[in-house]
Amino acid sequence: MATAANLPPAVAEEPALGVERASATHGSRKTRHRPGNTELRAKASLPLTVLMWLIAALYALPLLWFLLSSFKPGSELFSYPLSMIPREWTFQGFVDAWERVDFAQYFLNTATVSIVTTVLTVFFSACTGYALAKYNNRGTRLFFVCILATTMLPTEVILNPTFSVIRDLGLYNSLAGIIVPSVLTATGVFMFRQFFLTVPDDLLHSARIDGAGELAIFFRIMLPLSKPILFTLAIFSFQWRWNDYIWPLIVLNDPKWYTLQVALRSIVGAENIDWPVLLGASVISLLPLVLVFFVFQKYVLNADVSAGLKD
Amino acid sequence: MAQPTISTAAAPDAPAPAPVRSKSAQKRRNRYVVAPLVLIGVNVVLFLVFFVWPGALGLLYSFTDYRGIGKLHFIGLANFQKLFADAGFYAALGRTFVYTVLSVPLVYLCSLGVAALLVSKAVRGRTAAKMVIFLPWLISPIVVGVIWKWLFGQDFGFVNFVISTFGGNPLPWSSDGNLALAVVIFASAWGGTAFNMLLFIAALKNIPESLLEAAELDGANAWQRFRNVTLPGIAPTSFMVILLSTIHAMKEFAMIQALTGGGPGTQNTLIVQYIYKTGFEQSKVGYASAASMVLMVVLLAIALIQLRFNRKKG
Repeated sequence: MATAANLPPAVAEEPALGVERASATHGSRKTRHRPGNTELRAKASLPLTVLMWLIAALYALPLLWFLLSSFKPGSELFSYPLSMIPREWTFQGFVDAWERVDFAQYFLNTATVSIVTTVLTVFFSACTGYALAKYNNRGTRLFFVCILATTMLPTEVILNPTFSVIRDLGLYNSLAGIIVPSVLTATGVFMFRQFFLTVPDDLLHSARIDGAGELAIFFRIMLPLSKPILFTLAIFSFQWRWNDYIWPLIVLNDPKWYTLQVALRSIVGAENIDWPVLLGASVISLLPLVLVFFVFQKYVLNADVSAGLKD
Repeated sequence: MAQPTISTAAAPDAPAPAPVRSKSAQKRRNRYVVAPLVLIGVNVVLFLVFFVWPGALGLLYSFTDYRGIGKLHFIGLANFQKLFADAGFYAALGRTFVYTVLSVPLVYLCSLGVAALLVSKAVRGRTAAKMVIFLPWLISPIVVGVIWKWLFGQDFGFVNFVISTFGGNPLPWSSDGNLALAVVIFASAWGGTAFNMLLFIAALKNIPESLLEAAELDGANAWQRFRNVTLPGIAPTSFMVILLSTIHAMKEFAMIQALTGGGPGTQNTLIVQYIYKTGFEQSKVGYASAASMVLMVVLLAIALIQLRFNRKKG
């Protein structure tokens, strides 16, 4: 803001291409003609705005086409010429999806897994991140390297042995088999570690001088402080678990425990895809995340998500 | 425990404060060791059980002909010998490389471009645009696959409909291997932009405006400013985005499962799908583990090369 006041005329935003540059004679400090006293920097650029919205439309198109199609009756889906807006609006696809493929059960399974895992992930990531940030000893340093290593060795690389471990632990074909192994995530730990590194040590020292126990300091002072990170990670974790495919795929065998993603894959992988049901089912599966996102979007869109990954 | 005992024994006549202080120091040190242990305990156990154990087991399996049941029977390096002569393995690995090499730059360009537009104050309606472009982040890889399969359907898809409306010939999006891969690449860029865009937005906002202003005053045009000020400024983020996208692309699985199932035929079977097929559908656990070990080495090599490259540039 201060720089803006110092250098109003020459400030052209980086992507504000030739248009603005042409009029900004370089090095000159004379004030340019401008409407009223509005900030020059806030001047809109029509070409850039149009470009931005074209790109946004391009990104929206696949989803929009998909959403609108899900409201078409089965007969209209494949009848040429296609039309963007359904000629006849119907909810039949959703109703069929909900009733025919036992969707309510999958929904419940997925919600259980996502919520339980998210609560555990957030809690244990906070504990671990705090310990890694505020206790510097050989153990915590070693464990930090261990966590870093997990980012390099994804589950996909150890599918079969992981399956053996799950089976030997008696977790095969149960929701616990998806929940327990997903609790530890490097991103979550790093997000909290990064946050607690920014919390001044003085706070810790003064609490100690006041005689607070180590764990009490964490639970009473530090954990409440980390609320923004807590929400951010909660949304991330919920999204990871809701959309997870590979874990449920290898852990679950009985269709009654299937999660949404595995169920959707079994519809789309069929010899003859039942498109009306698939469209309805897919759209239903998106709803909870969209809802969560719109309620908590500031914790995602404004979060410095790089915090946890930058290490 | 031992230390205070010794100190009191060695200096029984010493003034009281010394042993007391050492005792409390000891207690405090214990607290500093025990408290973090309690805090990281659960994750340490999870790390050992779901990371170290399977990792070691995978290495072990790769030297056996284990098929999921019974005792381990060691066969030395036979799995690896067979693997390096397996055309299917090379095909999957090669296709994975092609996919990675094409999709990572596309994801990078899309997310950086969108982020640059979204931080530009000359653009109107940025919040709404940001939200629209961010929406695909919410969508699971499976549904991303379904959406793009629907859009690019060969006989009923929107894209072929548009092509034929404008007088073109509908393209064989699912029966031609390369076109099918192209759809997969588009879908990955569409789904991968959102998160990387957030990283870039954060990085772009951190570039001091005074630097850009100074460059402007020195007569640098928009491209020069971008090339010489912005790009070096976001280099750490670029590195991170490229590394994460590369690893992500190398292990792509769910989205392709839904979009093409690795088809047509096995033309677009990527490495993780290959491992899944051999390890689970054909129960060749030993053999699949050997393939996993190769994938792991490849991933590590990629990470190390990129780290080295990054350090040299930085």
